[in-house]
Amino acid sequence: MPFISIRDLRVAFDGTQVLHGVNLDVAKGEALGLVGESGCGKSVTWLAALGLLPGTARVTGSVTLDGQELCGASRSTLEGVRGGRVAMIFQDPSSSLNPVIRVGRQIAETLRIHRGLMGDAARLEAIRLMDMVGIPDARKRSDTYPHELSGGQCQRIMIAMALAGEPDLLIADEPTTALDATIQAQILDLLSAVRAETGMAMVFISHDLGAVSQVCDRICVMYAGRIVEEGRIDATFGNPRHPYTRGLFDAIPRLEGGRERLVPIHGTVPDPRNLSNGCAFSPRCDRATDFCRSNLPVLKPQPDGRFLSCFHPVTGISKSSCTSGQHESAAA
Amino acid sequence: MSYVYRSGHMLSFFLSRMLRAAITILLVMTFAFCVLRLSGDPAQILLGPDAPQDAIEAFRERWGLNDPIVVQYWAYLKSLWSLDFGVSMRDKSPALQLVLERIPTTLQLTIPALILKVGIGIPAGVYAALHRQSIADRGVIMMAVFGFTIPSFVVGLLLVLIFSVTLGWLPSGGQDTWMHGILPTLTMSIGGIGILARFSRSAMIEVLGQPYIRTASAKGMSWRDVVWKHALPNASVPIVTIVGFMIGSLIAGAVVVETIFSWPGVGRLLVVSVSNRDLAVVQCLLLVIAGTMVLANLAVDIMYGWLDPRLRSKSAAH
Repeated sequence: MPFISIRDLRVAFDGTQVLHGVNLDVAKGEALGLVGESGCGKSVTWLAALGLLPGTARVTGSVTLDGQELCGASRSTLEGVRGGRVAMIFQDPSSSLNPVIRVGRQIAETLRIHRGLMGDAARLEAIRLMDMVGIPDARKRSDTYPHELSGGQCQRIMIAMALAGEPDLLIADEPTTALDATIQAQILDLLSAVRAETGMAMVFISHDLGAVSQVCDRICVMYAGRIVEEGRIDATFGNPRHPYTRGLFDAIPRLEGGRERLVPIHGTVPDPRNLSNGCAFSPRCDRATDFCRSNLPVLKPQPDGRFLSCFHPVTGISKSSCTSGQHESAAA
Repeated sequence: MSYVYRSGHMLSFFLSRMLRAAITILLVMTFAFCVLRLSGDPAQILLGPDAPQDAIEAFRERWGLNDPIVVQYWAYLKSLWSLDFGVSMRDKSPALQLVLERIPTTLQLTIPALILKVGIGIPAGVYAALHRQSIADRGVIMMAVFGFTIPSFVVGLLLVLIFSVTLGWLPSGGQDTWMHGILPTLTMSIGGIGILARFSRSAMIEVLGQPYIRTASAKGMSWRDVVWKHALPNASVPIVTIVGFMIGSLIAGAVVVETIFSWPGVGRLLVVSVSNRDLAVVQCLLLVIAGTMVLANLAVDIMYGWLDPRLRSKSAAH
């Protein structure tokens, strides 16, 4: 049984549907990568699942955590889940920390809420967590303010704060996007190490395929508020079948081999206010037919175990099919 | 170690602010001194239009008004240095004493007005921000705009018209009972309530949209705690600026209202002394007013550092 199960999750802002019935399961201890362009609904899916969207958003569907329904659940139920069973870290660590509260205290707040630790006990545990996520001289740093720390250190603080509630699932919402490359690699290593140590599951939201391949077991590709391809990392990276997934891989520069022209995905992300009746990717897809433009493909299981929503999926190995070299180039 | 380093910076920050304050006050003094002497002859005004020429001459001689303005200014600075603020040309009583006597009377109006402004304006603004787009929010915005766009003399006259003339509930002028203070206090607070409500609302809305508010919710904090512990402390910086300005004008902020309601405070003394060209009293008043403004500003700067650690390191670096 999956730890968290999302069924037909739909989100609309001011009458504009941005999430069109997402189905997603995360098993205990699993690491799932969620990729797609900005605005495709990666973050919104999880903010909606935890009830963190503003009041103007209309959320329908079902989100169950160990059988407990979260969609429409009471405030206190959600408060117990947030930070306790499911923790979340965000894209811009520096602005995600409160600028006027010392970082040690911000971690201690989570300890108080979910583990009932107060005073010195909370302080010491906060310092232990900071030490664990690799903050040097944690005792002294616990008294600093976020603006006195670097972006990478702030993200470590965010991770420590997430770990403070001893969650079963960590949602990492583009945790490395705002950081420079060497720090990105350190944070990815840290996330892997923490997961190995605690056994918690992780949803890694990113548009960096290299980072996803490094930390995840399974990948979900989203486009315009829907999941278009889902499968194990090795299978999907070895043979991406949805034209959009393939396009993402083709747009990554490669280190090995000769210099080749990158193949961009032409066009832009569709405006959620006027989506066509057919496949949302069809206006940008080389393989699209008239049938694609008027009929909506559904996510169907494939013989090789992956899920795919495409009428004309890519077959065979492409020129840029992924090997481990691919991952390194993307991570760099 | 780092603390000592910072407190050293704190000291230089402090000294530079004090120096700036002193310069501000000196400029105010000089300006007042010149404008008062250039804008009318105290002898003519005090003695009346029918006064004989020799009486006027004697008066000018007596107060040193025949000396060149530079000489007068130098004499003024010298007397200030020995904390002598001069005497009133009308009744020869010390100017400082005249001013100090009036301050408590003014504070009887301005302190309750400040309490009303802060006590109603801030909660109304914060409530509106937390219930954005609701009827309450729209109501607060409307009342706030109404409050700070209508000048206080109009509000004062309206209140007198309603509560004194029509209903006959409250006196329209004077200072005999606490009832006399109600209308001037209300008149003075309405604009401030509007300003604070608007500022608090926009400050809160800005803060509530920040990523760290989402972080606080995402760690399972109750909404009440998110608002009290994470949003309000961040929203308080712009609010403190406005409140600081209001505190600075506790003494001088009632000129119009005191005139409307014949309240014998500092504001009325200022109006009367200016029209009489009672030089020493006006100069002393402006000095006291500028002094309180400058002090309030200094207090706001210190509060900034206390409220927001980012400003602490910035102001220390300056």
